[in-house]
Amino acid sequence: MKRHKHIIYSRPRALTRKPMHYCEGCGHSLVHKLLAEVMDELHIRNKTIGVAPVGCAVFAYFYLKCDISEAPHGRTPAVATGIKRALPDHIVFSYQGDGDLAAIGMAETVHTANRGENITVIFINNTVYGMTGGQMAPTTLVGQQTPTCPTGRKTGTMGGPIRVCEILNTLDNPFYIERVALDSVQGILRTKKALLTAFKAQMDGKGYSFVEILSPCPTFFHLSSRDSLQFVKNELSKHFPVRVFRKEGVKIND
Amino acid sequence: MKKQKKRNKAHSAEGAGRPGGTAPKRHAKASGERMLMMGNEAVAEGAIRAGCRFYFGYPITPQNELTAYMAKHMPEHGRVFIQAESELAAINMVLGAATTGARAMTSSSSPGISLKQEGISYLAGTQLPAVIVNVQRGGPGLGSIDPSQGDYFQATKGGGHGDYHTIVLAPMSVQEMHSFTVEAFRLADKYRIPTLILADGRLGQMMEPITLHNGPPPPMPVKRWALTGAKGRRPNCIRSLLVKEGELESHNYKLQKCYRKIEQREARHEEMHADKCDLLVAAWGTCARIAKGAILAARARGLKVGLYRPITLWPFPARRLAQIASKTKAVLVTEMNCGQMLEDVQIAVAGSTPVFFSGYPGGRVPGESDIFQAICKIAKKIKNMPKHQR
Repeated sequence: MKRHKHIIYSRPRALTRKPMHYCEGCGHSLVHKLLAEVMDELHIRNKTIGVAPVGCAVFAYFYLKCDISEAPHGRTPAVATGIKRALPDHIVFSYQGDGDLAAIGMAETVHTANRGENITVIFINNTVYGMTGGQMAPTTLVGQQTPTCPTGRKTGTMGGPIRVCEILNTLDNPFYIERVALDSVQGILRTKKALLTAFKAQMDGKGYSFVEILSPCPTFFHLSSRDSLQFVKNELSKHFPVRVFRKEGVKIND
Repeated sequence: MKKQKKRNKAHSAEGAGRPGGTAPKRHAKASGERMLMMGNEAVAEGAIRAGCRFYFGYPITPQNELTAYMAKHMPEHGRVFIQAESELAAINMVLGAATTGARAMTSSSSPGISLKQEGISYLAGTQLPAVIVNVQRGGPGLGSIDPSQGDYFQATKGGGHGDYHTIVLAPMSVQEMHSFTVEAFRLADKYRIPTLILADGRLGQMMEPITLHNGPPPPMPVKRWALTGAKGRRPNCIRSLLVKEGELESHNYKLQKCYRKIEQREARHEEMHADKCDLLVAAWGTCARIAKGAILAARARGLKVGLYRPITLWPFPARRLAQIASKTKAVLVTEMNCGQMLEDVQIAVAGSTPVFFSGYPGGRVPGESDIFQAICKIAKKIKNMPKHQR
């Protein structure tokens, strides 16, 4: 007698069994899982090469079952460029936080997009430097308090939060740019869809794809996991509008 | 076993001189041919003949001809040239290409090499082979665009953060610019270590007839560690962050073991009349070449002078230097800086004989007469000095 098992939900094959080191309510673990699901669904795990940044996600190689290289802080897209040029038929993604991508690595971010490298950049925007203690990031909101802006970010001396999708959208070469938010079940599903679109674009050789994910960091928002989601929904999304900026190489939003 | 074989094959297809997996294309210029070439271009052509598949550069004088040569010729061979947005991006593109097991190179001049040091430290930490060319100019800061040997410390003592070394080859002619580049790729792959060519603006800019590298690129070792997609094997990971207790310590010992092996096997130097001389001149690169002329002139005057020229600046060929130096009356170190290799010579000589110094900082290239005068001055001092004064 053969019993038919109908599996509705299980751990993605591209995810290891190692317990994640991320804090409770952190967006990274969720994005790792979505990334693993996308690799499974597109059957690309064994030809995918990831580039892990300096930041909380530096240990991504403990959790994702694909080849991964570390990169010096901010140089993640340059390393990804080197890998993709060497292995053009492989899938290459960089996984970066706001400090890595929009502060120290802004030059690499802009120029990699401008060259239209056929890679996927996953940008986790949680407005703080999570690994080093929640310091001010280029995306920290005006008035948001961190150890390096203890009385709140002031635009006069510290500048305002940088909108990266909007900057990249001014370039000619990017193929796909979308901002999503991990603020609800719908947000999570939309994030996965965005990742799928980005990786598919790369598989089809279409060029540069960029997914910005507004992500909760309860530890340095100093909020509960639930309130962090509300913060992402109400505060972050207000300054960083959630939308598709460019689809099929065509600008559809500014 | 079968899997293993398949994997080896996959890697050899990655191999040198086979852009895009096709048969190696012959360069328009026949191998072994004599050519009049500029130093910068000789390096570039050497890299192409050594099977370098990726070059990432950024403009800086006096090495621009190298980048331009690569921009023109790499695509002709089906290989990759990118003008990066900065030296930082260039060295990290090298790092990315190297993680896949491919031969990759970047080049720059002193200020640009300072920017690359972070990447070189990561290459060293993750044991990735790569070739970095420094066509030195005067410093510190923007300095000048004149030739200098001011980056000896930076090149030989690590350069970036952490406890590491890179192999450093110091050419003194356009021929050596060419052949040392081929050799650098061999050494880098053999020991999984970033390898530097430490030239200077004079070597980069001058033209000489050379014999082009004739023959296949250096052998490509099997690179099981390379990132090629986790197909039929466990995922590979290139990392230098080792935070588990004892992990980084043992990794550092592993690196040191490799460095000791390189020190034993690869230390190279050139001697000229070094045996039985009263005064031994120690010089490297351009300065060694100028010193040669000065030494010959001094010998014509009856002075017993010899040359010791380190070819590998790291590993520093100290053992033989110590042997010879102990039989001389004095050692004269001459460099286009304020005394950098001088320290390595002093350590090697270990007080067995007095060490003098004559330096030319700030982008000044000494003439033969400068070094000749320095030799004569010291020769006078040591004239009546017995050997073995210890």
